[in-house]
Amino acid sequence: MISALTLAERQLAIAVSLLLALCGLAMAIAGRDDLLGVHGAIVLLFGIGGIFLVLSKYFEPEPSDERLTRYYDDPTKVGIVLSLAWAVVGMFFGVWVAALLAWPDLTFDAGWASFGRIRPVHTSGVIFGFGGNALIATSFHVLQRTSRARLPDQFSPWFVLIGYNLFCVIAASGYLMGLTQSKEYAEPEWYADLWLVVVWVTYFLIYIRTLQRRKEPHIYVANWYYMAFILVVAVLHIVNNLALPISLGSAKSYTVYSGVQDAMVQWWYGHNAVAFFLTAGFLGMMYYYLPKRAGRPIFSYRLSIISFWGITFMYMWAGSHHLHYTALPQWVQTLGMTFSVVLLVPSWASAGNALATLNGAWHKVRDDATLRFMMVAAVFYGLSTFEGSFMAIRAVNSLSHYTDWTVGHVHAGALGWVAMITFGSIYALVPWMWKVKQIYSPKLVEVHFWLALSGTIIYVFAMWNSGIIQGLMWRTYNDSGTLAYSFIDSLVAMHPYYIARTVGGLLFLIGAIVASYNVWMTIRMARSQAPEHAAEADIPAGTALQPGE
Amino acid sequence: MGLDHQTLVAFAKSWGLFYLIALAIGVLIYAFWPSNRKRFDRAKKSILDKDDRPGD
Repeated sequence: MISALTLAERQLAIAVSLLLALCGLAMAIAGRDDLLGVHGAIVLLFGIGGIFLVLSKYFEPEPSDERLTRYYDDPTKVGIVLSLAWAVVGMFFGVWVAALLAWPDLTFDAGWASFGRIRPVHTSGVIFGFGGNALIATSFHVLQRTSRARLPDQFSPWFVLIGYNLFCVIAASGYLMGLTQSKEYAEPEWYADLWLVVVWVTYFLIYIRTLQRRKEPHIYVANWYYMAFILVVAVLHIVNNLALPISLGSAKSYTVYSGVQDAMVQWWYGHNAVAFFLTAGFLGMMYYYLPKRAGRPIFSYRLSIISFWGITFMYMWAGSHHLHYTALPQWVQTLGMTFSVVLLVPSWASAGNALATLNGAWHKVRDDATLRFMMVAAVFYGLSTFEGSFMAIRAVNSLSHYTDWTVGHVHAGALGWVAMITFGSIYALVPWMWKVKQIYSPKLVEVHFWLALSGTIIYVFAMWNSGIIQGLMWRTYNDSGTLAYSFIDSLVAMHPYYIARTVGGLLFLIGAIVASYNVWMTIRMARSQAPEHAAEADIPAGTALQPGE
Repeated sequence: MGLDHQTLVAFAKSWGLFYLIALAIGVLIYAFWPSNRKRFDRAKKSILDKDDRPGD
């Protein structure tokens, strides 16, 4: 890892780690009477850790120029491992938080284990930890292969990957201490947000710099999706997190928006986080790994372009459907509703394009659990985008909003689509990255597939049932015109579904653990094998010189 | 400045509509432009090249 860096890159890594450590020290001193100090200490440790990591290999010989004839996959490998580690952590917290709703005593009287604190650990852990690391890892792989060019340098990918994980650690540890901006999916406080901007801009620059060096005339559509993901998430993140800290020595900040504007900005962010973090990036994954694994080109390339722009134009306007029946002007609600309904067209175009690609390869889907993961992901993508458009209609929303139906919808997308396409892509990618013929155990992939599918179905059906019951109980009036059920009545009615949901989530978690074991054993298997086909490996076009050389 | 809520709403409702339709037409023209066909065909097949080795 370090020995692959040039001397200049090692020096740069030490300088940046030192700078990070100094920032951490400053935060720790300025925030010594505040929770900010704890985060300062974490940043300081990260910086010192980085310095020691580089110094330990600093005097190893520099890599030869031969490396420039290969793709640079080390960050992708580490990203896959980090992604699976976060999957297990994030899903463990998910099962815990689900169990908490069925058995509230599971907080064990600890403040940090209360629902409001461990729930964001779950959401950030799975979305940013698991999903984000998988996106970074796969994007570096897809970017290099589709442009047939090596990453522009060897330091910035590490900066992005490790810097991003520092953000995730700061986020999760902050929640447990009670630090939050109270904005859903944007909970981390101002200093973490600023750090993420630096990391994210570097990420985007890697993309641009690699594309500049591409040997392929046309930029493959998967890269469009990845770039939309990076660019739009940057815009969303900056606008939604504009806030003023009460002092530089305090973790607490206040948003610059107020009232309904704050709500609108938050849900413009929130829905586009679903659109560009949880959809566009993973569509990029799908448009590369699904045709690759099936051995067939995408059904219609033109359709993929049209659906790309459809999704990009329309998702931007859909956020206000989160604020039906609020102080938001009626026309803005209608706007969001309309765009949400029209969004079904590009969404189904993508799902249909994926399934039509598999037409003629169904025997492979039957035999290969990896491809089946991707197929099921496309089906769930189609299902949950249909459900989303439907739920965005104001009249439907009056029943579904604030109920578990929303939770079920999100998990149909998150488990059925995002996690399934990610696991499918990881299973396809791991043998390529570690240069082995196949994964350690295809049987365990099969086991994982059925655990994941049954877990998702149990989860989603439990939440559909409880959500609709909840929604109906909240709007049932008796003869005298008052509510027929108290809130606690609806809560009691939910109990069996909450248990079922916990079971579904537990199956999904076990699946993720099986996947981690399988990938880990594949890595061990690859290490024990001699590096036989090093010359046969996939390499970039021409001998690409590094900038500055 | 007379930039009140009503002005913004009028702007959003008119120009917002026009530019989205214009963009949609632009995308359709790009996707279906006959000379782009070869490029797209190459793009969708090239990712399947053997181990994406260069020079193929």
